[in-house]
Amino acid sequence: MKADAVIVGAGIVGSTIARELSKYDIEVTVVEKEVDVAFGSPTKANTGVVHPGFDDPPGTTRAKHCSRGNALWHEIAREVGAPFEEVGSLVVALKDEEIEVLEGLKHRGDTNGVPGLEIVTDEDRLRRIEPNLNTGAVAALLAPTAAITSPYELAMAMMENAVRNGVRTCFETEVTGITVKQDRVRGIQTTKGEIETQFVVNAAGLWADKISSMVGLNRFTIHPRKGEYYILDKKAGSLSRHVIFPTPSPISKGIVVTPTVEGNTLIGPNAQDIEDKRDLATTRDGLVEVWAGACKLIPSIADKRNMMVTNFCGLRPEPDTNDFIVGRSETIDGFINAAGMRSPGLSSAPSVALTIVELLRESGAELRQKSTFNPMRKPMDKPMRILDSGSAQKLIEQDPDYGYVVCRCEHVTKGEILEAIRRGATTVDGVKFRTRAGMGRCQGGFCGPHVLKLMSEELKIPAQRVTKRGGESRILLGGAKELLRGGDSNE
Amino acid sequence: MNEMTEDVAVVGGGAAGLAAATRAKETGAERVLVLDRNSELGGILPQCVHTGFGLHHFKENLTGPEYITRFVDRARALGVESKLDTMVLRLRPGGEIVAANSPDGLFKIKAKSIVLAMGCRERTRGALGIPGERPAGVFTAGTAQRLMDIEGFMPGKRVVVLGSGDVGLIVARRFAVEGAKVEAVVEILPYPGGLARNIIQCLEDFDIPLLLSHTVTAVHGAERVSGVSVAGVDEKGNPIAGTERTIPCDTLVLSVGLIPENELSEEAGIVLDPLTGGPVVDQHMETSVPGIFACGNAVHVHDLVDHVTETGMTAGSSAAKFARGELETLRNRVRMRPGSGVRYVVPQIISGDRPVTVYLRVRNPVRNATIRAGDIAFPLRAARPAETVTLEFTERRIEKLIGKAELEVGMEEQKPVD
Repeated sequence: MKADAVIVGAGIVGSTIARELSKYDIEVTVVEKEVDVAFGSPTKANTGVVHPGFDDPPGTTRAKHCSRGNALWHEIAREVGAPFEEVGSLVVALKDEEIEVLEGLKHRGDTNGVPGLEIVTDEDRLRRIEPNLNTGAVAALLAPTAAITSPYELAMAMMENAVRNGVRTCFETEVTGITVKQDRVRGIQTTKGEIETQFVVNAAGLWADKISSMVGLNRFTIHPRKGEYYILDKKAGSLSRHVIFPTPSPISKGIVVTPTVEGNTLIGPNAQDIEDKRDLATTRDGLVEVWAGACKLIPSIADKRNMMVTNFCGLRPEPDTNDFIVGRSETIDGFINAAGMRSPGLSSAPSVALTIVELLRESGAELRQKSTFNPMRKPMDKPMRILDSGSAQKLIEQDPDYGYVVCRCEHVTKGEILEAIRRGATTVDGVKFRTRAGMGRCQGGFCGPHVLKLMSEELKIPAQRVTKRGGESRILLGGAKELLRGGDSNE
Repeated sequence: MNEMTEDVAVVGGGAAGLAAATRAKETGAERVLVLDRNSELGGILPQCVHTGFGLHHFKENLTGPEYITRFVDRARALGVESKLDTMVLRLRPGGEIVAANSPDGLFKIKAKSIVLAMGCRERTRGALGIPGERPAGVFTAGTAQRLMDIEGFMPGKRVVVLGSGDVGLIVARRFAVEGAKVEAVVEILPYPGGLARNIIQCLEDFDIPLLLSHTVTAVHGAERVSGVSVAGVDEKGNPIAGTERTIPCDTLVLSVGLIPENELSEEAGIVLDPLTGGPVVDQHMETSVPGIFACGNAVHVHDLVDHVTETGMTAGSSAAKFARGELETLRNRVRMRPGSGVRYVVPQIISGDRPVTVYLRVRNPVRNATIRAGDIAFPLRAARPAETVTLEFTERRIEKLIGKAELEVGMEEQKPVD
């Protein structure tokens, strides 16, 4: 196989770079070790906040990209039909001493070019703009450009648009080596064979240090920082209007309370530096910390224990440089890093993608704009969300599958599930992240068996081979009576 | 949007809904329509292939499919209409339903009265907040049962069940009968949740260990479940440090409680009882919204389907009367309140001048106790929180209620079981 450029990683960074490169007349292949877009933990278990850009010290790469990325997302999210809402954020001071920190953040933000920052000290106004906020709050930094999105939907939408514009994807494909000849990238070796290429863009998230070491560069390491979350039932509503941050600590922006684009409340993450990049287990202590942290900001969360839908955790890819590593390798031509994309990685992705284009040019890539590039992606039809519009009825008339509700909690129809499969979902989670089937309060208890059957039919594979998220994550371990017949149902 | 008119519309075609629909028809409602999300009528019963159903209602020991088939057949014979694969999306006071399905698209139903029989859903791992990884192989008991007994698949081979209520015990046995190894049934309380006969027939007969005062503290496995951590718990149910151990398994089945499904009821502005999770109902099974009735597990979680059927029949006949404008309003409304040792009482409002069956649940296991409702005493030989206690307010007994607006139903004497 051949490609002009290979992007390693199909998280939000890889997907955004892929979509940017799909504007040009260049063959791009994305290789991803997971089974689907956004299945690595930094994107999947992400708070989904598009940060305004006041946290990052001026002069850092983070600062350069965050506010520019924020501005770019407004337009791009609309083009690719991904959820995006500019709800604004509040960094809350609960003690007078913390006001000084807010002032510091505002100064940073102003320097970074973040628009509209304001420190609100009028308590009446604070109550008015954020009614459930802890009454002990003495001030808050209001950032109107903070936005929320669905990180996995956004990444999936970006990659879908990229693929429509000619990008190729190889999933369940792990990079095992990079071929370098005369200090120039010549190809990339994977578990599914070698791809000849001149350019490799390293957007491998947690594993970016490993990819970099494959060309003999060991300038940085990525360590995992675990963050745990709870998501609350939509019935509890959005308990905050803004993204609410505590005054930050040196290592983390802190445990956040945020509305989601779907109308849930999301709380988390804590910040736990760990060793194992595969450790995706939530912990009792961590979850206690998250709950307590959220209650400090929005005290009414305390009596919402019965509204927990699920808990999960993600790993942030923390570079030892504490800053993004975006640049060409000085020694190996054609190797470009988009690494160490810790927070605000999602926010910065479109800006980083623009820089990657420049870096490719500098490395000798010929990038001519394609006239055929179509920036628009049609979002998934969700007829049960638009009941009163009249267009729901029309949609069901055209395709009766859109009248049949499979996921009763989130009102997802059979039509949406089949469409998600057509758009690339190959696993139960792939369907879930594209449609929300199974994300509601019953957590797939009712729709799970049905989704399984639809996937088996549509993908033309036996139900026993359907997985939750690839690999050995099979939902079923055999047919009825198989164990009684003594057969091993593993095959 | 197409519009249909009905005398009685029933939301949910399980045991409660079918009892309501058939009784509504039998008591004179002309047009009765059952709406159900599933592809077949019967609710959860078609997948309950064990026996134990109908001992009260039919005085026979039936399987779930046998029990419910009698109602399905009866509904067909009576001319009860049904729309399957149909989701009710909106419910408005005044009797308007908006629903959707493939053949009809979005449509409206105007009904003179409505019966809510949505049943309940299972508590999930997320609702319990069990930490750990998120592999495939964690199922609620009902989902596991459906995969085995309707879809014909084995969801697991080496299983740990959390929760020793009857559902958990029966599903543990189903796995064992299918040749799977059930490593343990884990129960956080110091006593089993299910009936004594099920402990013997489902666990002892299959050599399945029961771990009382234990809980699952973590789920392990990157892709498929590889094991669960279990630990002993203190009196408050908190894990005791140092008691944790890992049981290797490929499946965790959760049978940790059922929650009445009332998203529609809430949308219609129906008052819910925070103690039951279901609508507050009166003796007619009428909710706080006139003309909307509720029954079965949507009202409170029942232990026996026979009781579900009873409430469905009451709701059905009330709904039929309401549709004809003949439902007598309760002259007297006695508000029932749970007293000492009682978790909840249903119906929450009784007439106080007509006989009624009242269901309640106790907070703790009791033996040789007395339940007192005002001046009326009901002897109670034994009861556990998982069982519904039935109190018959007979003609003779309710005489003692005349003039009362409120009635506390509580335990007179409590002797905790060891």
